[in-house]
Amino acid sequence: MSQQKSCFALDAERFGDLIGVLKDLGYVVYGPVERDGAIVCDLIDSVEQIPKGLSDVQMPGSYRLVKRDDGRYFGYVVGPQSPKYVLRPSQHLLFKVRKDGKTMLPQPDVKKIAFVGLRSCDLKAIEILDKILLQGPYVDNTYAALRKGALFIAVNCTEPGNNCFCTSMNTGPFAQSGYDICITELLNDGNHVFILDVITDKGAEVVNRLGCRNATDEELSAVSRLMEEAKNKIKKKLNVENIKDDLYKNLEHPHWNEISNRCLACGNCTLVCPTCFCTSVFDKTSLSLDMAERWEVWDSCFSIDYSYIHGGSIRQSIMSRYRQWLMHKLATWVDQFGTFGCVGCGRCITWCPVGIDIVEEANKVRG
Amino acid sequence: MAGKVPRIAVYKFASCDGCQLSIVDLEDELLEIGQRFEIAYFMEVTRAARKGPYDVGLVEGSISTPHDVELIKSIRKDCKKLVTIGACATAGGIQALRNWANVEEFSKYVYAKPEYVQTLEKASPVSEYVQVDFELRGCPVNKYQLLELLSALLAGRKPNIPTYSVCMECKMKGNVCVMVAKGIPCLGPVVQAGCGAICPTYSRGCYGCFGPMESPNVKSLATSFIDLGMNKKDVILTFRGFTGWSKEFREVDGLIEG
Repeated sequence: MSQQKSCFALDAERFGDLIGVLKDLGYVVYGPVERDGAIVCDLIDSVEQIPKGLSDVQMPGSYRLVKRDDGRYFGYVVGPQSPKYVLRPSQHLLFKVRKDGKTMLPQPDVKKIAFVGLRSCDLKAIEILDKILLQGPYVDNTYAALRKGALFIAVNCTEPGNNCFCTSMNTGPFAQSGYDICITELLNDGNHVFILDVITDKGAEVVNRLGCRNATDEELSAVSRLMEEAKNKIKKKLNVENIKDDLYKNLEHPHWNEISNRCLACGNCTLVCPTCFCTSVFDKTSLSLDMAERWEVWDSCFSIDYSYIHGGSIRQSIMSRYRQWLMHKLATWVDQFGTFGCVGCGRCITWCPVGIDIVEEANKVRG
Repeated sequence: MAGKVPRIAVYKFASCDGCQLSIVDLEDELLEIGQRFEIAYFMEVTRAARKGPYDVGLVEGSISTPHDVELIKSIRKDCKKLVTIGACATAGGIQALRNWANVEEFSKYVYAKPEYVQTLEKASPVSEYVQVDFELRGCPVNKYQLLELLSALLAGRKPNIPTYSVCMECKMKGNVCVMVAKGIPCLGPVVQAGCGAICPTYSRGCYGCFGPMESPNVKSLATSFIDLGMNKKDVILTFRGFTGWSKEFREVDGLIEG
């Protein structure tokens, strides 16, 4: 659907009305909230919870919020939590079984979720998760139930961060697909407007109830201009041409060992990654031994147990674990699923306590 | 252990009793634990002590006197499975901080008649003297991990006690990293999970109660603390807490420059 046909304008003052409409339509709303020095993805009841006039400064291993005085709503990029936190919960019950063999399955969660403020990289990440968890031979029922009713209100990144490299991964900074409504925040000379690009019926339902005027040609050309500017602001680059083959050729490169001197194997990169989907299962038994539960819980290829097979763990060294992760993101994922496992959001760089940078490391390994 | 009620014994060495109290703190489950296990020896709870052998021995505290050494050896003989509980029993605990000092000199200042004090030169984890079948970490141990251990013992399965980092739990909880967002030094990346990332949840760095995780890169984290502006002495003191005498943390001073 062409952009011009379905673009509306909403005064930023009416942002609260948008949240109100989402709630009226029965959505549980997740959006950006300031907490503990970062902007996180959390439940939203009213627009007052959405931060205004904040920017983030992200560097390898560092994240700081700074105030800005222009009252912009979306003057920052992605925080530590991707939509994975909501759509693929960190821990959930798979089933309970009684000693007599009777099995109880938990009721699937049927709530309708609306995400407000998702960035283009995260939409791409959801596309990748869909492919793995919905379109493969085994459908993940928990993800499917949460994903089914979800509404995505994206926000175009007009001020990308230092660790963003979405232009390299062809995933941003402006959303191309995967959303219901996409907002571009226009702010100049005291004129504060959201341009809403609506491409689905679900999105149209929201905008119709909200009541918006059409966007003007000037506003639409401002959006295009911002998109070009945003692309040019992204300085971090990963040349993905031949990267898979280059990495395969360098499995024994000495730089892997150098990385492992710094890598903590703490698992932070995998848990903040919007596409890392690995889980493990564990069983609980009651003291009375008449009931057992099986739970699914996030896991990480940085844990030793992750590669445990009969006789021990395959990846004992931190070097082999880091190499496994980076190779999966940029090489083996391509063979497995036909896309990269990296969307260039930069979270793994920011939230690594020692600031290990996937872009720099991949470039060094390629030689 | 299906078929008969396993006999359990709980012992204390140099420690604060907090881990034993964590057992008593399992209030909702305590009656059932009493039914499923025969609590044969647990001096913190009852003077009624039944003789061994026992199926399971839970040991709190570190070994710090010659008498402790003899006692732990005889306990090992009495218990089919020996499980150490808490930072003292698994890493030496806070009293192991004396391992870096001169004990004789301490004794002179603290006791009127130091010649009556019989102590070992070092306070050590139980595993330095006898074979230990399983370790439950923490200061004190986490009650849910304790319950998992007891349930697993009854079912004859391996307890589900992850050995990965505190960061894993912290991120699963949805916390914002205190080190990345606030520059607060946090031991979480090198410390074993199990506490539910309590300290970072309250915006402070991990103290390290649960001791080293499965593959701690102490050198890298210690170096990053220096980068955050700490001096070498403070970095060493950060690691020298509840589990400072653990094998992986005790060498930290040799790992950082400056």
